[in-house]
Amino acid sequence: MPGGKGHIARRNNPYNQDKVSEACGLFGMMSKTGKVFDGTNAIRAITNMHDRGNGLGGGFAAYGIYPEFREYYALHVMYMSKEAKKGTEAFLPEHFKIIAGEEIPHDDKHAPPDPPQLWRYFVAPPREVLNEEPTEQDNYVVQKIMEINTKIEDAYVFSSGKDMGVFKGLGYPEDIGRFFRLHRYKGYIWVVHSRYPTNTQGWWGGAHPFSILDWTVVHNGELSSYGINRRYLEMYGYHCTMHTDSEVMAYAADLLMRKHGLPVNVVASIMAPPFWEQIDRMDEKKRNFHKYIRMTYGSLLMNGPFTIILSHSGEMIGLTDRIRLRPITAATKDDMVYLASEEAAIRVVEPNLDRAWIPMGGEPVVGKLTPKAMEEHEVSGPREAHGRKARGKDL
Amino acid sequence: MKDPGGKKGKTKRVGPPPIKSYLPPEFMIDIDDARCIRCEVCVRQCSYDARYYDAALDRIMTRDENCVNCNRCVVFCPTQATRIRYNPMTYRNNSNWRPEGIRTVLRQAETGGVILTGMGCDRDYRIYFDHLVLNASQVTNPSIDPLREPMELRTYIGRKPDVGEIDLSSGEVGHEYPNLQLEIPVMFSAMSYGSVSLNVHKALAMAAKQVGILWNTGEGGLHPSLYEYGPCTIVQCASGRFGVHSDYLNAGVAVEIKIGQGAKPGIGGHLPGEKVSKDVSETRMIPEGTDALSPAPHHDIYSIEDLAQLIHALKETTDWKRPIGVKIAAVHNSAAIASGIIRAGADYVALDGLRGATGAAPKIIRDNVGIPIELAIASVDHRLREEGIRNRGSIIASGGIRNSADVLKAIALGADAVYIATSALIALGCQVCQRCHTGKCAWGLTTTDPWLTKRLNPEIGKERLVNMLKGWAMEIKEMLGGMGINSIESIRGNRFHLRGVGLTTEELKVLNVRHAGE
Repeated sequence: MPGGKGHIARRNNPYNQDKVSEACGLFGMMSKTGKVFDGTNAIRAITNMHDRGNGLGGGFAAYGIYPEFREYYALHVMYMSKEAKKGTEAFLPEHFKIIAGEEIPHDDKHAPPDPPQLWRYFVAPPREVLNEEPTEQDNYVVQKIMEINTKIEDAYVFSSGKDMGVFKGLGYPEDIGRFFRLHRYKGYIWVVHSRYPTNTQGWWGGAHPFSILDWTVVHNGELSSYGINRRYLEMYGYHCTMHTDSEVMAYAADLLMRKHGLPVNVVASIMAPPFWEQIDRMDEKKRNFHKYIRMTYGSLLMNGPFTIILSHSGEMIGLTDRIRLRPITAATKDDMVYLASEEAAIRVVEPNLDRAWIPMGGEPVVGKLTPKAMEEHEVSGPREAHGRKARGKDL
Repeated sequence: MKDPGGKKGKTKRVGPPPIKSYLPPEFMIDIDDARCIRCEVCVRQCSYDARYYDAALDRIMTRDENCVNCNRCVVFCPTQATRIRYNPMTYRNNSNWRPEGIRTVLRQAETGGVILTGMGCDRDYRIYFDHLVLNASQVTNPSIDPLREPMELRTYIGRKPDVGEIDLSSGEVGHEYPNLQLEIPVMFSAMSYGSVSLNVHKALAMAAKQVGILWNTGEGGLHPSLYEYGPCTIVQCASGRFGVHSDYLNAGVAVEIKIGQGAKPGIGGHLPGEKVSKDVSETRMIPEGTDALSPAPHHDIYSIEDLAQLIHALKETTDWKRPIGVKIAAVHNSAAIASGIIRAGADYVALDGLRGATGAAPKIIRDNVGIPIELAIASVDHRLREEGIRNRGSIIASGGIRNSADVLKAIALGADAVYIATSALIALGCQVCQRCHTGKCAWGLTTTDPWLTKRLNPEIGKERLVNMLKGWAMEIKEMLGGMGINSIESIRGNRFHLRGVGLTTEELKVLNVRHAGE
């Protein structure tokens, strides 16, 4: 980690704990046909779960909100000082082609106390990188973001995907939503998080969603396996600067899905695998598969209570731990998929559901754009990792 | 001058005059005459000839100088009439010249030899396990009750892929390296046939089979009657190559190359001829009654590339179907050595720490060479991760694992599994009297004398071992559940669940563990 701890770690973890733990409320909604809608309902749903947070962090992720800049990485940056802005705005043109840059519109009437400066930039990697495969472009962007986050004091890139954005801050999520004027954005996936940190005071960057490229994670839970999850990821070059479970979740998803090209069902079997006594009873093929998965990725088993909503362009995935220690409810209505910590939050925005259920531990709920909608919302080029045979259909 | 021995009718003495021993008996045997019923059990049980029955006096008499304090007589006396004490004779208090040091010099002055001993280092080097405490869940995440919820200890030893390769259309998985499956992350460490009895081997093999773990043959080959336990056996190949042939190498589920041993890093093995009985000689493929000497190094391994060749040769011999492990003593630069071993193609590296035991070793080596296993685990695991090769091989730790907490702490520091040997022998009756090298073990464990070996009934021995392991497994599950973890892989290398108590900054740094309260 450059420069010792880096300012993010200091800010996020003032007591220098092993990790920062928290409990939370989650909500996600998605149109599988790619219809876009504004953030009003997401705000209503999370307001209904007000008590699951304590005002120390709230945030949103929305997909499909920047159609006019679809092929550019949208960087949302928070500046805690003027120098940070100066440094970052000197750094960005050196490493990117900047298409547009502006302050993120916000409503001062709903401003939480002491907000940082919030800016967004639509950028493209330089030409020599653009000639490379999409994964290489992604890797380049990740590397540069890591550089900003660890080297430029008081600057923090909190969103970096294409045609999507994260909006988050210190406060209750409903206030954050109004502050960012989310009723003015239209997306086909909205994910919300209300934070209840157990062992730190909140700060703007510490709110969820946690994001890398177009991957976002909102998370409720505490990982007892954090130590080994982190050490395993470190072996693959990830630096866990935030010391949070959610960060580990996001990096694990990035490693498994983007770099190793594994589909969501396999990732669910890695993070929340079936028990050996179940595996032993499976037919030979399935048994071999699960044995192989557990032997290979045992260090990424997410042990302890968790619920996550993991999203990226075109897909929203809900998953709870293998013994379902944290609640999640899933529901559908026509082309809509809902995920929430509490069923009531879903019923607030859609009283007449086709189906509502509590998924089994380790069983992912996947909302995916239809092929037609996928084309409409295609960001740029295939998302698949290149040169790997491991892509495939769901199991 | 006249020949001092030249008197008529007397034979001339050859060599130096006999030396009177200045060593007082270390232990004293007390017999409560009022309780003693003259059953002579103690006389028959003592294999060190420290007791006899004097018919004229109708009393049990003792030869205290022979007593090793193995407690066999004490345990078997039906009326609790006997006990063993340290000899109260004292030397003058001296922090430097303690009784142990004085006795050693006296013995050496009388014998002129290397002082031999058995078992592991008994000196008071810091036991790091005793300065590490485990975590438990409170409020923010729930602890798990292992009696009500599944709790998994299954462990695989061997190389794992860096990237999972799955063809989802066919459900086929990528290349699978051979791995060993353990139901509890504990195995029986290498104890060779000859250093321990056949009955000990049999008890270990049967217990391993029942519990779903593995036992290790040690370097003395595998007795033909135990080939049926192959599926739960690791066969060892050491510098002496005793009993090594292709059937043997293929008899077990893995082959372990023994480079070193925690009790005697850097030196070879020595099985005294007294222990080489007919059966042992046949299994080891050496003449009966001859000393079995393992050279200090393997004479075909003078460098890491030679080791790579032997690993490769053994993989060829076993058709690439078995993991090949390498066992080394934990020494100063274990981390670099382990890295080299994994890069040489070994599927696991077994680290044997300072407190690892032996059937026979020079005391001076046992007590002064090597490093504590806790530090070795921490640095090896760290190094392999730093180099990005931790998936290429497993770490097995041994040398000083006394209970289930030690097992869990070793795993949290980074081991995949542990080897135990002393604990297993204790389960079979061993009292850690450190006289394994004499071949006279009164408990019938470290001996090949048929009169003594029959003292261990393998069936009962197996029960005792299984009971101990079952107890440990339950305790490990309780501790894991307390931490909110339901699978052993989530604690492996997870040092966040460890805290140091009373350790220096430097020690904490090497262990990569924070101090309690931090």
